[in-house]
Amino acid sequence: MNWISNYVRPKINSLFSRREVPENLWTKCDECGTMLFHRELSDNLNVCTTCDHHMPITPRERFDALFDGGIFTEIEVPKPIADPLHFRDQKKYPDRMKAAQKKTGEPEAMLVAEGEMGGTPIVAAGQDFSFMGGSMGMYVGNAIIAAAERAVELGRPLILFSAAGGARMQEGILSLMQMPRTTVAVEMLKEAGLPYIVVLTNPTSGGVTASYAMLGDVHIAEPNALICFAGPRVIEQTIREKLPEGFQRSEYLLDHGMLDRVTMRTEMRDELITIVRMLMNLTPAVRGNLPAPEPEAEEAEAAPAETGEADAPKA
Amino acid sequence: MHYLEFEKPLAEIEGKANELRALAVANEEMDVKQEATALDKKATDLLKDLYKDLTPWRKCQVARHPDRPHCKDYIETLFTEYTPLAGDRNFADDHAVMGGLARFEDQPVVVLGQEKGFDTKSRIERNFGMARPEGYRKAIRLMEMADKFNLPVVTLVDTPGAYPGKGAEERGQSEAIARATEKCLQIGVPLISVIIGEGGSGGAVAFATANRLAMLEHSVYSVISPEGCASILWKDAEKMREAAEALRLTAQDLKKLNVIDRIITEPLGGAQRDREATIASVGRAIAAMLAELDGKDRKTLVQDRRKKFLSMGSKGLSA
Repeated sequence: MNWISNYVRPKINSLFSRREVPENLWTKCDECGTMLFHRELSDNLNVCTTCDHHMPITPRERFDALFDGGIFTEIEVPKPIADPLHFRDQKKYPDRMKAAQKKTGEPEAMLVAEGEMGGTPIVAAGQDFSFMGGSMGMYVGNAIIAAAERAVELGRPLILFSAAGGARMQEGILSLMQMPRTTVAVEMLKEAGLPYIVVLTNPTSGGVTASYAMLGDVHIAEPNALICFAGPRVIEQTIREKLPEGFQRSEYLLDHGMLDRVTMRTEMRDELITIVRMLMNLTPAVRGNLPAPEPEAEEAEAAPAETGEADAPKA
Repeated sequence: MHYLEFEKPLAEIEGKANELRALAVANEEMDVKQEATALDKKATDLLKDLYKDLTPWRKCQVARHPDRPHCKDYIETLFTEYTPLAGDRNFADDHAVMGGLARFEDQPVVVLGQEKGFDTKSRIERNFGMARPEGYRKAIRLMEMADKFNLPVVTLVDTPGAYPGKGAEERGQSEAIARATEKCLQIGVPLISVIIGEGGSGGAVAFATANRLAMLEHSVYSVISPEGCASILWKDAEKMREAAEALRLTAQDLKKLNVIDRIITEPLGGAQRDREATIASVGRAIAAMLAELDGKDRKTLVQDRRKKFLSMGSKGLSA
């Protein structure tokens, strides 16, 4: 033991190691423990390349991969009044909001956009679990209504990716009122004869499951997502009984008839294209990576579907 | 008489007055009239004082009071020819949900509501007013019937919420609630609702997504129970007083937020102190709300209901 090995070497090591390996380059899979390189992980849509565990993904990352060439136009969501109840628990609600906005860089827990997916025009809404647990407050309600209205206006299907712990308690009764409000949005789509596809992701629970997430024409879940009304802990406390393996997970719900399909995130886009095109009575999709839509795509989109113009790949 | 925790001082005074009167009956020479009257007055004053400005948490306790009139009491008193119709045609009949055909002031209607039960046996049978998926599906079926035969729907809401159980989840509780809310929004007949006790979360929404919604003065309507909210946001279920305060779950606050249309006044000391008077007030409110919707065509009823919910949230509470 001397001065060099005790002091100088660790100092040098720490200086270099800090610079060469920033922590965020590697992510550890919480399921199998594999260290995954960030590029590899994001290319695989945050699905572990070893065990297929689905890690959280933000709506923005998802939309980048969902829309052709990662190009989409955000749909503006009418801003609700902030902090309508002047809610305060251990923290003030506006402070919690600010912290969530700073953490995520997003204004709220839902992103709504329009664009093309495999040459198919769609409107999509993605719930952001990293923003206050994706909780459904007035903004999320407004976002779903805006998405439905835009879909009806453009005559497009709506694809909604759900992820939420439930209603946003800080908005009290007004968060609960998003259950009927979002149901009205679903009604609008139904009346216009437009497909409404729900992709349920981990976790989808509470008032979200008990409204717009369970009213889709087609319900597709990502593998092993927790989907429930009352969470497993609440149930265990109530019935004081151990719950079966896989209870309230996607595959369990599929077995109990609540879902149409369970699909890997990496295969979701293709599957959505296939389903939406059939429901919209369009020609089969052309597989492969389509280039970004060109400016004149706007016109082609308006052409009648029978001509197949909108569906031709653009070289 | 069941006294709530905050009514303990009242229990003492009323107990004394009763004791005095009992003594006087046993002993004819005693004249207790004056003293007993004084105690009565003291009790009334205290009752007025206690109920003048109930805190949200106390309102929750009153809303859950076991002696409060329940769904069954309202149906039996306010409706005639009540004919219960059972079952969801899929799995079972849910005893937490009462429903069927009945006449309200001679007008045939479909009446629906959650019943909590009045003693241990009936509470267990009614699952404490917590519906399972079958309850919502029965409600959907009866609302469809009302729609088909052009009958108004009256719902009486009194539930702690949906039942957090294994079977309820397996049989698609979420979907059942979502579909019931959807059905409330779809039917082309008047749908009016009264929250008579507890309006617990999604279980209440599935019945209360109505053209007109009234609440009894001391009833509550909330996204989550104060205890549940406290354990999540305060990490301490004992903070339910603070949570009840923050959630703004009283009829008075909900009226200000335009979530409800009217408040039905309760007798002094709460519905449990004068059940007949309470039931009669609710009856008058139902009649008034039905009259407001009288003559509206199917399309207007659906459109009005939608507009009502779409515009909800445009008004906050002042600081």
